[in-house]
Amino acid sequence: MLLEVKNLKKYFTISRHQHLHAVDDLSFSIGEKEVLGLVGESGSGKTTLGKTLIGIHDKTAGEVFFKGQQLPDSYTKNDFQRQAKDIQIIFQDPYNSLNSRMTAQEIIAEGLLIRDKSNLAEVKDKVAYWLHQVGLSPDYMSRYPHEFSGGQRQRIGIARALIVEPKFVVCDEPISALDVSVQAQIVQLLDKLKDSMGLTLLFIAHDLSMVRYVSDRMAVMYLGSLIEIGPSNDVYFDPKHPYTKALIASNPEPDPKYEREHETPLIKGEIPSPINLKPGCRFIGRCPMVEARCREETPALREIGENRQVACHLI
Amino acid sequence: MSKTLALEVKNLSVEFDTYGGVVKAVRDVSFQLNKGETLAIVGESGCGKSVTVQSIMGLIPTPPGRITSGSAKLDGEEMLGLPTKLLNQYRGKRISMIFQDAMSAMNPTMTVGKQIAETLVVHQNLSRRQAMKEAVDLLARTKIPEPEQRAKQYPFEFSGGMLQRAMIAMSIACKPEVLIADEPTTALDVTIQAQILNLLQDLQKEYELSIVLITHDLGVVAKMAHQVAVMYAGQIVEMGEIDDIFYHSRHPYTAGLKAAMPSNKAHEQDLKVIEGSPPDLFSPPKGCGFCARCDYAMSICEQRPTPKFQISGDHYAHCWLLHPEAPKSERQKLDSFMKSERSDVT
Repeated sequence: MLLEVKNLKKYFTISRHQHLHAVDDLSFSIGEKEVLGLVGESGSGKTTLGKTLIGIHDKTAGEVFFKGQQLPDSYTKNDFQRQAKDIQIIFQDPYNSLNSRMTAQEIIAEGLLIRDKSNLAEVKDKVAYWLHQVGLSPDYMSRYPHEFSGGQRQRIGIARALIVEPKFVVCDEPISALDVSVQAQIVQLLDKLKDSMGLTLLFIAHDLSMVRYVSDRMAVMYLGSLIEIGPSNDVYFDPKHPYTKALIASNPEPDPKYEREHETPLIKGEIPSPINLKPGCRFIGRCPMVEARCREETPALREIGENRQVACHLI
Repeated sequence: MSKTLALEVKNLSVEFDTYGGVVKAVRDVSFQLNKGETLAIVGESGCGKSVTVQSIMGLIPTPPGRITSGSAKLDGEEMLGLPTKLLNQYRGKRISMIFQDAMSAMNPTMTVGKQIAETLVVHQNLSRRQAMKEAVDLLARTKIPEPEQRAKQYPFEFSGGMLQRAMIAMSIACKPEVLIADEPTTALDVTIQAQILNLLQDLQKEYELSIVLITHDLGVVAKMAHQVAVMYAGQIVEMGEIDDIFYHSRHPYTAGLKAAMPSNKAHEQDLKVIEGSPPDLFSPPKGCGFCARCDYAMSICEQRPTPKFQISGDHYAHCWLLHPEAPKSERQKLDSFMKSERSDVT
C-alpha cells in the first residue's frame, strides 16, 4: 500500500456549537501505481479530503500513512518541503490556481528552485522538457497564464506538479472546468504520464463516466463519508448503494434511443447541510428505501464481495 | 406532417471589434426551431453558440459587437435591429432566456419573489400584490419546496439548483413561445441536472414551449433534443434530426466530438482525442474551419469554403467529403471510423 488512510476526520468549526463535518471518519487505501477515482456531488467533501491528505488542511482526527510512514497531523514548513517531493496536487481551476504575475517558466520551476537554486541552466532544460511532455511548445516559457487557454493552463498545472517527480498526485477535478474535447486530451495526457512515471493518483471528479475511464477503483462520497468503494467497472455497472445507483442513473447517456427508452429515475431533494450531523445514515432524506434502522445507526463500510465495500444497512 | 416554425434564424453574422482586430464570432448561421420542440446547439467554448442566441435576444453590447447581417424571426416577426423599446415587447414576454450561472444572472439585492414578480408587473400589468401571488405560484410549479418562504429570500440563500429553478420560474412567467437555455445545467451536479432537465421537459409539454438548448454535453442533447445543430468556429457544420446526428452523422467534427466522450455502456473503450484547438477567429480560415484538425482533410478543404450538402430530409452538413467527386478512400476511412464508434455505442 502506498497510501493508507485510517479514520480520517476533518471538521471545520463554525461557531462554538456548530461543526461542519466535511470529512467524517474515512478509511481507505491506495495501492502502488493505482488510480483511485473519487466521485460525489459538490459539497460531499471530495476536495477537502484531497487537501487534508496532502496537508493543506490540518487533520481533526485520524491517521494517514504514506509508504508506511505516518504523515503529521498538521504540517510545518519543513514537513511541506519534505513531502512535496513525493506528494503533489493538480488543482481544479486552471484560471485561479496559477499566479498571474509569474511566467509559465517561473510557475513550473518553482518546486525545483525551492529545493536547489544552484543549477539554473539545468532547471531551465527541465522546464522545457516538461512543457514538451505536457504537449506545449517550450517557446511558451516566458508567457503569462492569461496568454494560455484553459486546457493549456491545466497542462501547465500538470507540468508544475510533475516536475518534482512525485509518487502520489491528488488530481482535484482537473477536467471539470474544460470542454469535452479538451477533457479527453487532458485525461489521455494524465494516463500517458501515469504509465511512464509509475504514478499513483487520487482522481477527484464529479463526471462519473470520465472517472470510470481513468481509474482502477472508484470511491463514492456522500456528505463527508465514503459510501461505496470497489473496482471501477463493478461499481459503475453494478452499483449497490442506492445513492451510487441514483448518481449513475442520473448521468445522461449520449445515445438518444437509449434515453427515449429509459426514464431517468430521479432522486429527490439536494445534498443536506453537513453542519452538526445527527447519527443515522447520511442519505436518509433522499433514499427511496429507508427503514427504521437507517435512522438510528450510521451504517459502516463493510465488505460485500471481492474488493467491494458498501455502507448501507439494506445490502 | 407540417411543422410550424417558432423561431427562424437566417444568415446571422456577428463581429466584435477588439484591440487585436475584428473577431468574426458568428459566421452565416441559419437554423429553424419548430413549435414545441427542442433544438440543441452543441459546440466547444468559443464556437459562437452563446453569441448566436445573445444576438437574437439583443444582448450583444454594441459597440464593440455588431450584427453584420442576418435575420431572426419569432413566429414570422423580425426581431433583429429593433430598437430596445420595441424589442422589450418580445423579450421576457414571448421569448425568454435562462443562463448558466444563475447566481450572477439574478439581482443579489432583491428577493427572488420580487424579481419574478417584476416580469409580471412589466409585461402583464398585474398589481404588485397579484404579481407576488403569481410568483409564489410559479415557484411551486417549478417544484421549489415551501414557495411562500422561498419567495421572500435572497438569491444567496438558495442553492445552485434551486436558483436555476427560480430562474426557470421567471422565464416562464409570461408563458413565452420560445425559451433559450444557455448551458442551464453545466454548473450543476448530475442528480440536480437530471431534475432540472425533467422540469424543462414537463414545462415544454405543459406550455408547448419551443426550446433552444445550448450545451456541450452530448448526454444532455440525447436526452432533450429533437433537432441538433453542431457549431464549430462560428459556423454550423452539421444539422439535423437527433437520430441523424447521433447515428448517421457525416461530419468529421461531430464524429470526433462523440468519440471524445466516454460512453456509459461499453466496458472497455478508447477515448479518441481531437488534437489541436479551434482556429483563431481574427482571421478564420478561408476554407473549412475544422480542416487543421481534421484527419480527412484534402487540399480543397483549406482553399474553398464548404458548401452545404443535403444528406437526407432535414439533415445537412458542411464538408467537402460529401461532394460527389470527393475521393472514395477518404470517405471510406471516415465511414469505418464512425462504424467502429457506433458499434461501441449500440
